[in-house]
Amino acid sequence: MTAPLVELRGVVKEFPGARRGDPANRAVDGVDLSVEPGEIFAIIGYSGAGKSTLVRLVNALEPVTSGSVVVDGVEVTTLPEKGLRELRLGIGMVFQQFNLMESRTVWGNLAFPLSVAGRSRAEQQRRISELLHFVGLADKAHARVGELSGGQKQRVGIARALATEPRLLLADEATSALDPDTTRDVLDLLARVNRELGITILLITHEMDVVRRIAHRVAVMEDGRVVEQGPTVDLFADPRHPVTRRFVGTVVDDLPDADTLAALRARHPGRFVRLALRGHEVRQSEVFATLLRHDVAFELVYGGIEEVQGTTFGNLTLALTGDAAAIDRALAEVGALVTWTEVA
Amino acid sequence: MTGLATAFGIDTRLGDLQPEFWQAAGETLLMATTALVLGGLLGLALGLGLYLTRKGGLYAHRPAYVVLNVVVNFFRPIPFVIFVAALQPLARVVVGTGIGTPAATFAIVVAATFGISRIVEQNLVTVSPGVIEAARAMGASRSRITFGVLVPEALGPLVLGYTFAFVAIVDMTAIAGVVAGGGLGSFAQRFGFRQFDDVVMWASILALVAFVMVIQLGGNLLARKVLRR
Ligand SMILES: Nc1ncnc2c1ncn2[C@@H]1O[C@H](COP(=O)(O)OP(=O)(O)O)[C@@H](O)[C@H]1O
Ligand SMILES: [Mg+2]
Repeated sequence: MTAPLVELRGVVKEFPGARRGDPANRAVDGVDLSVEPGEIFAIIGYSGAGKSTLVRLVNALEPVTSGSVVVDGVEVTTLPEKGLRELRLGIGMVFQQFNLMESRTVWGNLAFPLSVAGRSRAEQQRRISELLHFVGLADKAHARVGELSGGQKQRVGIARALATEPRLLLADEATSALDPDTTRDVLDLLARVNRELGITILLITHEMDVVRRIAHRVAVMEDGRVVEQGPTVDLFADPRHPVTRRFVGTVVDDLPDADTLAALRARHPGRFVRLALRGHEVRQSEVFATLLRHDVAFELVYGGIEEVQGTTFGNLTLALTGDAAAIDRALAEVGALVTWTEVA
Repeated sequence: MTGLATAFGIDTRLGDLQPEFWQAAGETLLMATTALVLGGLLGLALGLGLYLTRKGGLYAHRPAYVVLNVVVNFFRPIPFVIFVAALQPLARVVVGTGIGTPAATFAIVVAATFGISRIVEQNLVTVSPGVIEAARAMGASRSRITFGVLVPEALGPLVLGYTFAFVAIVDMTAIAGVVAGGGLGSFAQRFGFRQFDDVVMWASILALVAFVMVIQLGGNLLARKVLRR
């Protein structure tokens, strides 16, 4: 296995209390996580969970209180100012509010990181046209920032972050200020950055839909801690922590709540079971064939099939009617195909 | 002009005073532009100092900020008519004389520095902290962020602020008479007000008003051009 591109160990960040004597505010409270080269890693959490603070520790915009942050093999917590500037040239950053310079044109905004990196005029010229083509804004080179739409501004923001050919891109709520259509475009662009340029992306969001669309792996944060992490598909399929469940629930609504269930029972007789369809193991047709073979009638009363990161999964709630013993026999066979649970 | 005024039965010496009038206008122009350039640069430096050393600033440094802040707060509210007199000893050291146009200019430069520093600080505060954070994230040095991001981003409002400051400077030049500094203000006093020559007085006033209007107009145009980039 290759070494992680970003590795956090026991990272703590405290801010002093608002007034003298107030206890310190622990924004990040002992986080361990590693981001592998080439992946899109998402951190999701509610507002105030400490996501922005955490990501700002990676390029050392803030110093850590304790713990270790290693980026590309370099311990960043002890880097002197000059080393920090070199580190940051290798890490692009994209912001929710774009943070473009209003006093410069699109071209001027892209020239800034290049001149910071000491690139010659000719190199800047070449690189800027390349970037503008990549993000689809070749015709906006000389537009003022104020003339651009939100989506276009974020494209410029992404182009700017890519200017110095970084290995790592940090995106802090890059789509949170955008409407749903534009969000999709920008996420597609980020996915392209990852796929075509091989750039590792660490992205922060409070929207599970963003995670579902592009993240390979995800960590869930609450009160400065990572409460759950794993491959996106696994978290969607089997969320353990209540916060994760709530986030998954915002995009996947295939588990009926108590009220809905009561209403369903009133309308459908029979025994309620839930099938958990997971990725490649999904063999729906075999499941249904088995039920029919045992003369069990079934009705799909709730649920859905979702697509996450190219994998299918979903929860289906069925109402089964027929001979009780036949249902038991059928379910025993179904259990070999998919996981099922009794709906209480 | 004198002929015309006499024809209307108005007694004025404006015609005879033309050389003095032009000399006074020249003195006002000299004092005001020197103060704008020197006070403008020093005020920019001091304003940057205030902004950069404050809490959360690029060069956050509490003791430095407190000192700068106290100094500016102490000197800025002093009425200029007192300030110009109080600064005479220092003027002798710096410009070699306690009276005349140089001494008055020196006092105006110092006062303008303090006044402009606050204007600069207030305009820098309006620059989005996010833009500065983005520049830091790109690995830009603090001095590059200051002069390559901060100042250009605040340039529009800064031009308007300097225009405002220039008008205040012209106001100060009118008080230069206190140390025999000359200029249109003291010309109006000496030959207009004290001699009961309304024509001389109003001619000086009109010249000052015209001067201020030209500055204001120029400043507005420049600011619009900068903001539209
Ligand atoms: N510069 C700062 N100074 C003091 N407290 C801060 C600062 N930045 C963030 N915090 C605090 O840290 C906590 C986490 O904030 P943040 O990382 O912005 O959360 P998120 O990005 O998940 O919404 C909050 O309680 C916030 O008030
Ligand atoms: Mg945040």
